[in-house]
Amino acid sequence: MRTILFIIQKEFIQIFRDKAMLPIIFIVPVFQLLILSYTATFEIKNINFVVVDHDKSVQSVQLKSKFMGSAFFNFIGETKDYETAEEALRRGTADQILVIEPDFEKNLQLEKYAKIQVVTNGINGSAASLMGAYATQIISDFNREIIIDEFPLANVNLPIDTHPSYWYNPELNYITFMVPGILVLLVTIIGMFLSSMNLVKEKEIGTIEQINVTPIKKYQFIAGKLIPFWVIANIDLAIGLILAYLVFKIPVIGSVVLLFGVASVYLIAVLSLGLFVSTMTNTMQQAMFISWFFLVIFILMSGLFTPVESMPNWAQILNYINPVAYFIKINRMIMLKGSGFMDFQREFYLLLTYAIAILSLAIARYRKTT
Amino acid sequence: MWPFIKKEFYHIFRDIRSMVILFGMPVAQVLLFGFAITTDIKDVPIAILDHSKDHVTREITSKLLSSGYFILESNINSNDGIGNSFKRGSVKEVVVFEENFAKKLEKEGKANVQLILDASEPNTATMINAYTSGIINTYSMQMMKTSGKIPMSIITESKMLYNSELKSVYMFVPGVITILLMLVSTMMTSISITREKEMGTMEALLVSPLKPIQIIIGKVIPYILLSFINLIVILLMAKFVFGMPIQGSVVLLLLESILFIVMALALGILISAVSKSQQQAMLLSMFGLLLPTIMLSGFIFPVENMPYILQLISHVMPSKWFIIIVKAIMLKGVGIAYFWKETLIIFGTTVFLIAMSVKKFKLRLE
Repeated sequence: MRTILFIIQKEFIQIFRDKAMLPIIFIVPVFQLLILSYTATFEIKNINFVVVDHDKSVQSVQLKSKFMGSAFFNFIGETKDYETAEEALRRGTADQILVIEPDFEKNLQLEKYAKIQVVTNGINGSAASLMGAYATQIISDFNREIIIDEFPLANVNLPIDTHPSYWYNPELNYITFMVPGILVLLVTIIGMFLSSMNLVKEKEIGTIEQINVTPIKKYQFIAGKLIPFWVIANIDLAIGLILAYLVFKIPVIGSVVLLFGVASVYLIAVLSLGLFVSTMTNTMQQAMFISWFFLVIFILMSGLFTPVESMPNWAQILNYINPVAYFIKINRMIMLKGSGFMDFQREFYLLLTYAIAILSLAIARYRKTT
Repeated sequence: MWPFIKKEFYHIFRDIRSMVILFGMPVAQVLLFGFAITTDIKDVPIAILDHSKDHVTREITSKLLSSGYFILESNINSNDGIGNSFKRGSVKEVVVFEENFAKKLEKEGKANVQLILDASEPNTATMINAYTSGIINTYSMQMMKTSGKIPMSIITESKMLYNSELKSVYMFVPGVITILLMLVSTMMTSISITREKEMGTMEALLVSPLKPIQIIIGKVIPYILLSFINLIVILLMAKFVFGMPIQGSVVLLLLESILFIVMALALGILISAVSKSQQQAMLLSMFGLLLPTIMLSGFIFPVENMPYILQLISHVMPSKWFIIIVKAIMLKGVGIAYFWKETLIIFGTTVFLIAMSVKKFKLRLE
């Protein structure tokens, strides 16, 4: 035990005397949390739209003003022909074009049927489908209004009414959703990089030899290496949670103790993974590359940005070996919904198994001989 | 000069692990983005709380379940069950039909469906709501049509330009290209130069008859080549695996990419000049560079919706301008006339970075 304490002491001294590392460990994550939470938004506002009105009738003007009055749309101009409007889309000054056909009003009056074309820049698929949906919504509202105008007696309300109610996040605030995920991300990046770089650094500068010739046991060495990072990452998590509460007003609805309990197990998995990478590589460059490679894949597949349920089956199966996915899921459950241990015990036991497996693997891979 | 470049090539290429990662990474990322990362709604687990259990509610339920968007996780019998299923995360939506649904519909011409959504994922919740109410509204519309109640209708024709099937891979490929060029060019060079510093071999290089500028050129040439190969691999995959078109000029795309690679390399040299250890260089490029590049470049999240200050910051991200250029060439098929401004910005940044790093590098010689 004393041996482990000495190694821990050594690690802490090494970390804290490096003046450049301290801000990276403690201040950068704070900035990241603040900035990332604001950037990670899929909300759509201010859709720049251009109108091509071939009809210029009373009703086409009404429809236009309906769009201009919407908070989602930002009218940037009207063009004579479609070509000019599409040019604006090509230049990127507009996102959407509203094309009103020449006999819009006449068709509506005589045929009881008219067409509107909405052309959207589809490059960003998810944004485009939202923009399309907003435009369609405005047009169908308009449709209802003109019916009421012309046929005051008609009952144009749909017979079945749907009322959505949004639980846990009634204002549909995207930041509320992102913050728990970004917290996981930051803790993961710090933990993974500190641990994967550390052993390799000793290898590269040759100090590992000096430790190898001492009577320090393998498990003591690994424990002495992991505990400092484990402490640091937990402190980072605590700072993050306090910021989430103070800045974003996102309290932990569930149990904080439970959250740190899961985080502790999760961090063992992440740190061991970093250590494992460390034992497989010889230079810091290699270690960094390999950790970055796995991290990017883990993060992208974790459900941080996109729902896991939408992924194809093989990808969901692959997620069984993705520790980030477990913790993001659990963290969101505890922080936002107040879920208890029974609600995520399956995920927790999988995570625990994972942590033990990868830790044993890392210990087994580490050799005192070169 | 040549022997020096050869040395650098040996250094990089003899390290099989890094090579596998360097070439495996773009392939893995593009495949993941293309196949796995999608925001589409599909097979969402829902629960039904049917207080009425009549022919209309059953018909609506089967319409919902046959749409392909939803799968039935469970039928629940009371309101208490809702919170529990949400907390376990087993369902995302509970559809609640009120009592005497069909009767009310017949007598009063009106009935209510409540959709309760787990909005801890707000975007998914909005989309699920839109899909569910869409299906129910279509059903009601048909009821109205058969009873002849709609006097006039406007049909909205929606057309998506440049990406008619709204594939997310179209959005991601330009981003992946940018990130990888940054990663290979900036991170690799900065680490490889600081490594020479740390190991002390930089001294040896500096006292050799090579000029500092030659050392730098020798260092970056292998990485230019690597980045370029990566770029080609990604473009080929985008085209042949995902059928993503390159509408504009390939030559122009490659030229712009070279400009961007040179910019990224200059940045890498600058980082190596200001950092003392590999670890510093690494964390600097990681936190100072890669994350902002991912978040502020419009790679995943549209910049226009961010707070104003962040939009201002995003202007100094060269990657933002590069992504605009790549999208314009590949998807819109337009020429330099449409993005000469963006090109000029990247060019200016490159000149600035080169000037800065030359200055810093000279200082180190003393």
